[in-house]
Amino acid sequence: MATELIAGREITVDEEGFFADPSQWSEDMAEELAKAIGIDELTEDHWKVIRFLRKDFEETGETATIRRVSTMTGISTKQLYQLFPKKPAKKMAYIAGLPKPTGCV
Amino acid sequence: MPPIFEEETDRKISIIVSKGTLDWVTAAFVIGNAAVSEGIELHVFFTFYGMDAVIKKKMDHLKVTPVANPSMGMPNLVGVLPGVTAMATAMMKKQMAEQGVPPTKEFIQMVADAGAHLHVCRMTFDMFGLTKDDLYEEVEDVLSASDFLELAEGGQIIFI
Repeated sequence: MATELIAGREITVDEEGFFADPSQWSEDMAEELAKAIGIDELTEDHWKVIRFLRKDFEETGETATIRRVSTMTGISTKQLYQLFPKKPAKKMAYIAGLPKPTGCV
Repeated sequence: MPPIFEEETDRKISIIVSKGTLDWVTAAFVIGNAAVSEGIELHVFFTFYGMDAVIKKKMDHLKVTPVANPSMGMPNLVGVLPGVTAMATAMMKKQMAEQGVPPTKEFIQMVADAGAHLHVCRMTFDMFGLTKDDLYEEVEDVLSASDFLELAEGGQIIFI
């Protein structure tokens, strides 16, 4: 598997660039990951989503889908599309250092 | 930048929803939801019985029937008994909820919030004697078939 230099550390990534090992992620990487996909600034709401995704992944072993994030954090679908434009599910997962979500809804 | 985020897509998908049963409508919105969350422009055109999915009074009461549906494994003669459709519907709703699929109205709202455009068929609208007040508020307009095809031009059309 390929590696990439993120925040000065060697990170193992899958063929699409997602973290292959979520335990290699740490909060200080998020800004750099966000910038890499065109999100220049992480607001408090971005962080609320990222922290929820990390916690949920730890508990369930799966990356939460948009609906789950919205239901559990109270951040509306509309807002999620504004925070992570165009491909919210994949962008959230990418910044949080998680595999892309496998759920359909 | 990882390649999957690189280019903003110019893809466009139009889904024609022609059936008003819970299973078909849900199928349409699972695909529709996937489309919007991939940044794909989405139009949904409701026609004939598919219209039920956006009629306020009906949208949360869509049903699924085992009659003439061999996949459900129930003899047609049993399927016609009173209460069987309600039972099949309740069972499917439960199974879908377990998969994280929201009830119809919430599902349609979610896809609309993600930027989908909802249209209804002019002919069906007139034929059923509907008014705009009968329609769910996220429906943008009542379109003729040719206006819909104009909107769909250059994209992919899925007929459900």
